[in-house]
Amino acid sequence: MRRKTSRLLRGIALLSTLALGATACGGSDDGSDQKAVSASDIQAALKKGGSVTVWAWEPTLKTVAADFEKKYPKVKINLVSERSGDKHYTALSNAISAEKGVPDVAQVEYFAVSQYSLTKGLTDLAPYGADKLASKYTPGPWNAVSEGKAVYGLPMDSGPMALFYNKTVFDKYKVAVPTTWDEYVDAARKLHKADPKVYIANDAGDAGFTTSMLWQAGSRPYKVDGTTVKIDFSDAGAKKYTDTWQKLIDEKLLAPINGWTDDWYKGLGDGTIATLATGAWMPANFVTGVPGAKGDWRAAPMPAWTKGDKASAENGGSSLALPALGKNKELAYAFVEYANSGAGVQTRVKQGAFPATTAELQSTEFQSTKFDYFGGQEANKIFADSAANVADDWSYLPFQQYANSIFNDTVGKAYVSGTKLADGLKAWQDASVKYGEEQGFTVEK
Amino acid sequence: MTTLQPPAAAEPRPAPPPARRDRRSWTGWGFIGPFVAVFALVFLAPIAYSIYLSLFRDQLIGGTTFVGVDNYTQALKDDQFWAALGRVSLFLAVQVPIMLGIALLVALVLDSGRLYGKSFFRITIFLPYAVPAVVATLMWGFMYGTKYGLVGDINEAFGVSLPDPLSPDLVLASIGNIVTWEFVGYNMLIFYSALRVIPHSLYEAAEIDGAGQIRVITAIKLPAIRGALVIATIFSIIGSFQLFNEPNILRPLARNAITTDYTPNYYTYSLSFNGQQHNYSATVAIIMGVITMVIAYVVQLRGMRKGA
Repeated sequence: MRRKTSRLLRGIALLSTLALGATACGGSDDGSDQKAVSASDIQAALKKGGSVTVWAWEPTLKTVAADFEKKYPKVKINLVSERSGDKHYTALSNAISAEKGVPDVAQVEYFAVSQYSLTKGLTDLAPYGADKLASKYTPGPWNAVSEGKAVYGLPMDSGPMALFYNKTVFDKYKVAVPTTWDEYVDAARKLHKADPKVYIANDAGDAGFTTSMLWQAGSRPYKVDGTTVKIDFSDAGAKKYTDTWQKLIDEKLLAPINGWTDDWYKGLGDGTIATLATGAWMPANFVTGVPGAKGDWRAAPMPAWTKGDKASAENGGSSLALPALGKNKELAYAFVEYANSGAGVQTRVKQGAFPATTAELQSTEFQSTKFDYFGGQEANKIFADSAANVADDWSYLPFQQYANSIFNDTVGKAYVSGTKLADGLKAWQDASVKYGEEQGFTVEK
Repeated sequence: MTTLQPPAAAEPRPAPPPARRDRRSWTGWGFIGPFVAVFALVFLAPIAYSIYLSLFRDQLIGGTTFVGVDNYTQALKDDQFWAALGRVSLFLAVQVPIMLGIALLVALVLDSGRLYGKSFFRITIFLPYAVPAVVATLMWGFMYGTKYGLVGDINEAFGVSLPDPLSPDLVLASIGNIVTWEFVGYNMLIFYSALRVIPHSLYEAAEIDGAGQIRVITAIKLPAIRGALVIATIFSIIGSFQLFNEPNILRPLARNAITTDYTPNYYTYSLSFNGQQHNYSATVAIIMGVITMVIAYVVQLRGMRKGA
């Protein structure tokens, strides 16, 4: 009996191994059909109707989806918006590798587009007519979604950087709002000296912020050409950034508070954090997250690295893309086009989204919008100006999501121990190179 | 024997004994079948699948290839993995003795019968175990805060400057503190219930022999609950090696101190969910499982041998 049991167990184990093996071995073929899809094909699909599943956390899409359904009553939009950031990408990557439950439309941030396009996870939208929309968008976002002739998504919003500052704090201690990063360091010293509880900014190590700062400083650490990548944090731009930021770290002028935490919202509200350099999508978050500080904050152009230089950078922003394994592509494209290029843009801008389309950015209505939260300031003028001055040639890694996840393991050391920021960046570079090689990229040294 | 010849040997019988034996064996399977099915589904199949996964490598460029034991050789040379293992081993060596020591002391005090409000103490010390680990960690994370948390408030109220519990040097101790707080009550209850079943006649005999409390503890109580001590130790070893919840939940507050390879479990989690390296992650998980099993088994053998 005993021998029989163990034999049976062994059999079951073997069988389950085989069964699981069989399911895991499913082949994958990239469904790349490059036939042009005409506008009438799309119209016909809209008349016929169907449903489109959209994974996106952008809050303004809710109204857009409702409007779209009203306009095309036969089309049903299933908006799934519970997941954002890392959780969203994990779910998306899992669905793609399982070839099951892949959404028809997915929100993909600019830094992650190349990761999915490279592995043929996204549909090229050029055959649907997306290539003709290039001139509608500002260059930064368009560069992020296009690659040669291929277009992997339509830009939804953008994040040209600006310096948000707490005017009340600056006025109280009679410190001038910095226009260069050297003045910024001075202001940091003055403010912290006047009140040891006040810090010029919070920074406890944030990959998105650091890469945007490098971008503005003229550093181009990532060079990507297909599957060949180069990672180098030792150029002149990177040095400019690390030299300046090291001073702020060494003199303990940065509040060690992570973004999007309770402490962060409190710090923005009670004057602990005096400035915040981030994307132009921030105002809506101020209104909802820091309602108590209404009237205290203002927007200003990003401090320059050399006086008079207007170079800016992007921070955040995302596109809507069509996963290659999604269904109802004509309908999906129609929705994306409506939301990010058609009537949906106006709807979203009215709700506080920051557009990536030049027409909206340049319109007087947009530029003369007064922000109650910023004491009636016409902040969009500053943001639009920043958008026009975003430095070009920046690219993210095709595995930026992973690289960002290990940022604090490496660069983070500079914030909590004696490690120099430049050495931290070097460690980040090494770890990213290692991963790139493991993933089959050709990494140039 | 020979007298028991069947009277009508000419008539062939349709072999009832084999049929009966069959039925008996199927009845047995009927009883253990549900267990075997569930066991295979939730235990054997995932392990088999992990082993299967660990033999492949999936790359962003190049797709999935069979690599044999390459993942294993890579893992055995992986500094990040060994550093993580070293960290939980240190945790094990320091935190587990402290936790079990406190639990044992409390159990002995409760059992001594010299304490007023015994059931009150028993329930309050056990209570933290009833708090879910996630909630407990969030709560402690808030208290550890040097800006707006309890530590910050103490600093402000008394004009002192306590070290940051979430700094890289202290965060492991801070996690140990949370785990101790959570599990002292649980271990205390194991020890306490083992102490309760010791026959009182032994104590009376000891008293007649003139043994004091200390002597009673070392000569009667501790040897009697050795089994419980071994079990609690094994649970704690497994718990330490599987440390995940606390670092995972504290991480948003201390990203620079708690790295993505902080504990072996957290490392496998990061490999899988951030790096999409499911195959390598499965390999590390299997190696970690084997190490845990070996150590727990050695402790059990040693513990039991002393008992014999």
